[in-house]
Amino acid sequence: MGIEVKNIQKNFADFVALGNINLTVPDGELVALLGPSGSGKTTLLRIIAGLEFADSGSVFIDGVETGEMHVKERRVGFVFQHYALFKHMTVFENVAFGLRVRPRESRPTPFQIRRRVMELLSLVHLDKFHDRYPSQLSGGQRQRVALARSLAVEPKLLLLDEPFGALDAKVRKELRRWLRRLHDDIHITSIFVTHDQEEAMEVSDRVVVMNHGKIEQVGTPEEVYHQPSNGFVYDFLGNYNEFAGWRDEKGEVHLAEDDVWKENMTPSSSVTTPINIRTGHWLSRYPELVGAIRKVMPNLLTTPDSNPAPIPEVMTTGQQLHDRLAARGTPVRIFARPHEMFVAKTPEGEHEYIPAEVIHINPAGSLAKIEMQRKNGAVLQVEIPKTIVDQLAICKGDNLLVRPKNVRVFE
Amino acid sequence: MIHKISPTTEPLWVRISLLLTALAFIGVLVVLPVAVVFVEAFRQGMPAYIAALSDPTALSAIRLTVLVAAIAVPCNIIFGVVASWAITKFDFMGKQLLITFIDLPFSVSPVISGLIYVLLFGANSWLGQWLIDNDIQIIFAVPGLVIATIFVTFPFVARELIPLMEEQGTQEEEAAIMLGAGGLRTFFAVTLPNIKWALLYGVLLCNARAMGEFGAVSVVSGHIKNYTNTVPLHVEILYNEYNFMASFAVASILSLLALFTLLLKTAIECKFSKTGKI
Repeated sequence: MGIEVKNIQKNFADFVALGNINLTVPDGELVALLGPSGSGKTTLLRIIAGLEFADSGSVFIDGVETGEMHVKERRVGFVFQHYALFKHMTVFENVAFGLRVRPRESRPTPFQIRRRVMELLSLVHLDKFHDRYPSQLSGGQRQRVALARSLAVEPKLLLLDEPFGALDAKVRKELRRWLRRLHDDIHITSIFVTHDQEEAMEVSDRVVVMNHGKIEQVGTPEEVYHQPSNGFVYDFLGNYNEFAGWRDEKGEVHLAEDDVWKENMTPSSSVTTPINIRTGHWLSRYPELVGAIRKVMPNLLTTPDSNPAPIPEVMTTGQQLHDRLAARGTPVRIFARPHEMFVAKTPEGEHEYIPAEVIHINPAGSLAKIEMQRKNGAVLQVEIPKTIVDQLAICKGDNLLVRPKNVRVFE
Repeated sequence: MIHKISPTTEPLWVRISLLLTALAFIGVLVVLPVAVVFVEAFRQGMPAYIAALSDPTALSAIRLTVLVAAIAVPCNIIFGVVASWAITKFDFMGKQLLITFIDLPFSVSPVISGLIYVLLFGANSWLGQWLIDNDIQIIFAVPGLVIATIFVTFPFVARELIPLMEEQGTQEEEAAIMLGAGGLRTFFAVTLPNIKWALLYGVLLCNARAMGEFGAVSVVSGHIKNYTNTVPLHVEILYNEYNFMASFAVASILSLLALFTLLLKTAIECKFSKTGKI
């Protein structure tokens, strides 16, 4: 049972808002539609609600096709981002609205309406506010009224469109914990739209990650975070550092040194073209680093003596880099979360390192958040235990060696 | 001594001279003429004033004006609400064109709009012969007055509602529909309460203009005494007959209507600004 979305296609003029969406939401689950703005998540929600129509495809609620069904008959509760409360009605009247507009034969008696509304208001902890107007409530309270109002009609399905988007951070946190608890209590099949990955992770049973009108991945919060199916999902679910690299024929992945030291690369198609260390080059100021690099990548460095001709500085464009990586193997994007970075002052073992300069340290908390700038200008975010920062005596301006210890690789 | 003057405040003499200039303009161009209307109206005392107003021709003009407004204003309420609903709640081809047409009466001289109807419905027009054959009198008759008045006043309601309804969007309506309300129910329970003050404001302006309209009405009226003379036309006729006192007496009714409208308008604005905000 639950909801089934089959082959939904929706275009706005030339723009594909939703491209062949298939999704099943089991009965009683709380599902998050997560994606950046323009990913089609709200459109999908509105199509399920019946507020918008798909160009093709169908939506089944409890196994019943909704195509010909009027919004009124779908029994779907909808919570809007900006509450959409009826401004001229009291909280009580707002919640009672859905019961009052029922056709006479199924309309509850005034007494039943009163009881039901007060029940719902106490569920959202607003029974004391029943005679207030929406303008006399805070944002969080208004959204709770909106939720009570949508539950009043005993929907089979609850849809929430960025329900906490208009609230401030603290209220948002409170309210989403509260929504989680509420869902645990009443177990109504619910779908909510959000662009906030933390919110999706914290509240939902399952996360549907969307981008450009397509579903990128469906899974539990744990699955999408730890086993992202592609670069986009990884990117969207948290802070990360990205490196260019290539995969060799043995399947091993290498960081692209081009990317690392591109400021003095020769315009060659080979990735491992030796770097010419001229006087004044930043590397020449770090003899120990040169030694370290020579140790891991012996063919990479040359000294000015062996190659006296000055090499013009070239900036590597994305395409050039890609071409060069393609010459070595399969170009890949390598990702690592900030807490998956390893920092050292001197190289250890046979690892490939990236030199970077510490530009900012945020020492608040047990994890220090360090921002480092690579020689190509890119900023790395590193989170390491405070104790390590103290041990290594890391200061702003230090040049360190960085290595991702746990990476995800996407082609 | 330290003078703390806000950067947007001008020296005293500048402020005073600006204020005096504004007041002088209002005094000479607005207050004085209105005062003159009342002074002239009562120049020969209360009995003469009442006599001028209870003259059968004057009474007939007042009746006609009220009748025309009573038909034109409801027509424009319906048109204004329907048009603003259509424009703000859904997308369709030619939406911009419709908005432009709604504004048309603002940019066309009233005399010309009157003339359009004479050309359209008059004896020598293409519809004229058919109208005569079927014994329908539009020009130089009440229907002509009503049509011309509707034309001149039809932007008022729509112009008030469109920006407000645009700002309010369709979310509350969507919420009502999701809760199971039908179209009419949604309109009366949700949309109408949200626009009532703006609607009232538009109706008020529309009514004031409908009762005070001169140009368009003058062209289609034909100035038939006791039959097609509205209050503004009657004022002109009395004036042209050198019956100044009666002319001003009748004009004072229009002035009172204007003052009353102004008062109501201010009251509504006050209310509107309180409830208009969320």
